[in-house]
Amino acid sequence: MTTEKIAFESQAAERSYQQKITGSEAIIHCLLEEGTHTIFGYPGGAIMPFYDKLYLFQDKVRHILSRHEQGAVHAAQGYARVSGEVGVCVATSGPGATNLITGIADAMIDSTPIVCITGQVVSPLLGTDAFQETDVVGISAPITKWNYQITKASEIPEVLAKAFYIARSGRPGPVLIDITKDAQFGELTFEYRKCISLRSYKPIPDLNRDQVKHAAAIINAAKKPFLLVGQGVLLSNAQNELKAFLEKTGIPVASTLLGLSAISTDHPNYVGYLGMHGNYGPNIKTNECDVLIAVGMRFDDRITGDVKRYAKQAKVVHIDIDKSEINKIVYAHAPILADAKDALNALIEYCEPTNHAEWMDEFKVCDQIEFDKVIAKEMFPTEGKITMAEVIHNISEMTNGEAVVVTDVGQHQMVTTRYYTFKKPFSNITSGGLGTMGFCLPAAMGAALGAPHRPVIGVIGDGGFQMTIQELGTIFQFQIPVKIVVLNNEFLGMVRQWQQLFFEKRYSATEMTNPDFVAIAKGYHLYAQKVDKRENLKATLTDWLNHPGPSFLEVNVEQEENVFPMVPSGASVSEIRLE
Amino acid sequence: MIHLFTLGIFTEDKIGLLNRTTGIFTRRNISIESLTVSETEIGGVFRFNIKIKTTFEQVEKVKNQIEKLIEVIRVQVYEEHETIYQEIALYKVPTEELLKSDSIEKLIRKHAARILYVGPEFLVIEKTGHKEETQELFLDLEEFGIIEFVRSGRIFVNKSTENLISYLSKNLESSTTLL
Repeated sequence: MTTEKIAFESQAAERSYQQKITGSEAIIHCLLEEGTHTIFGYPGGAIMPFYDKLYLFQDKVRHILSRHEQGAVHAAQGYARVSGEVGVCVATSGPGATNLITGIADAMIDSTPIVCITGQVVSPLLGTDAFQETDVVGISAPITKWNYQITKASEIPEVLAKAFYIARSGRPGPVLIDITKDAQFGELTFEYRKCISLRSYKPIPDLNRDQVKHAAAIINAAKKPFLLVGQGVLLSNAQNELKAFLEKTGIPVASTLLGLSAISTDHPNYVGYLGMHGNYGPNIKTNECDVLIAVGMRFDDRITGDVKRYAKQAKVVHIDIDKSEINKIVYAHAPILADAKDALNALIEYCEPTNHAEWMDEFKVCDQIEFDKVIAKEMFPTEGKITMAEVIHNISEMTNGEAVVVTDVGQHQMVTTRYYTFKKPFSNITSGGLGTMGFCLPAAMGAALGAPHRPVIGVIGDGGFQMTIQELGTIFQFQIPVKIVVLNNEFLGMVRQWQQLFFEKRYSATEMTNPDFVAIAKGYHLYAQKVDKRENLKATLTDWLNHPGPSFLEVNVEQEENVFPMVPSGASVSEIRLE
Repeated sequence: MIHLFTLGIFTEDKIGLLNRTTGIFTRRNISIESLTVSETEIGGVFRFNIKIKTTFEQVEKVKNQIEKLIEVIRVQVYEEHETIYQEIALYKVPTEELLKSDSIEKLIRKHAARILYVGPEFLVIEKTGHKEETQELFLDLEEFGIIEFVRSGRIFVNKSTENLISYLSKNLESSTTLL
């Protein structure tokens, strides 16, 4: 690339180093310039020059050696999601690079800012099928926000500055930088200038006041407005603006899976959680409201159900920073193309104070129905095996709803997001769009390092746990203080549930014969216990939570429990089933 | 309703960007009917000219997703009547066959084609025009036996007076450094 023009911050500290340094050392200086002091990774042939220099910077950059590259990338995601900083992971070429792919795809669909650095074979060998050569730039093109292959040491500072800028700005996303081994060995005179703009890239659209006024007019005229909050609110740090908007307008608010914790779940306007296994009220009322205000969310099919029968009666106000999301799934009568914070601030100005108490009460009626039919027996069972809901409810109470809760994918995930009371922002870390089993354990370790002063709990099913179980080794080696609970039903529970409901109970390949998880955790020298009786649950949970450092707990739960409510695939949100 | 659209995609010079761009069509199962790449009047800025058949709804979504790519400066979408466009075709025909008949002059005149090369074995005819026009000559030449035929992708200019330079200077304040 020879011609792309970049503007750099004029007053940015422009650092130059008198002596020539190697490309590897330059990478480390770039990380330090960007404020990165924790990285996750796994060494190998093509990235060895970098690791060799890293040895000299151990006091400045903490490297967490995962047990698999997938663990490193999920950890970087967990770190980023909880801290709002760019997560960084490093891998070697070939299999090291391809092992990152799942995490990169996950970060792309869930808008997580990460920078992945991969080693590559020396540039003269590119394209020759050299040992551990793979075209990772080609492979990762559709699942990265940006990627680039560096073949000369001199390119390193500018490309990495650009990588961090692109990863974190606008709608965040993953960036992959592939660096050939000769570029790592090569020398350069190091100068670092932070990238602050690119002429072909406008990360934050200018707020259009006319769009805001139009939206405000619709909202002001609404009888039954309903607000849906997505992760965009957290990404733009607009929690306070959201709260102020809700308090001025009295509009009920529901959250998407990734929007959870953007508003405290005990806020009076909060009416629940949306989607396939969301709460009854928010799903039903989506098809009864007259104005639907979507903030920083993208109308995923798990939210909309059958989109042809989704909120057809409502006028839609859609706030998003990404133009390609507007009208992608649901037509927006009043789009606001802007950062959520800017848009909400402006809306507060133009929206009149209103009161929707009666409308809000309609949600309470739904809540009561859901409580009677679903929640009561799940949360407070008196017989049978322990339920997932009572475990989560207890953890929520014991942590006062203030922990960072990391989940995997499946029934336990839906139960956790339904029953944990999220009181603080950036507390719900889960794989949303991609639905990546194996995400939780490594993401929880990343989250624990990204939020060192907060308790971090990883809730995992017995299936997903075994996809990245080796990261227990990382947790032990670095004494990462995560509390891990495996809700073991000896099934791939969500698939089994579908088999029961939609495939006439043919349990094809969903039964798990599991190992002794406690013995495995103990093998990794972790404090580990198991509980299978209700009378021991609270005491064991307390002990597990209070243990200093990492601790492990297996809970044997009801085997064939189903998650309800449920919007069956292809059904409308108003056809939500309670049993 | 399926329509024919021509997209003008203005980009920075970046290896792999064409791959990312075509990937967006691939994901939506849209086939690319023709594609050309050239440098624009601004050095270092390239344009992909892509012809596709799809619906108005899809083309709008595709446009937004392409514009989201970091190095894409701007995407223009045009219907047939909004552009002046042209394609070029080359026809390799056996010299002997063609000279035997007396229609060569008539053919060249009728189609406003021209002869680029004459050799003892074959001659090469060039014709620019819309696809129907180059196809017409193809059909007329078929009886002589066409040895080889190639038609280029579409290039076009739009029917507005706004140019890229004014768009760039209006929207994209840029400065220094090259990457």
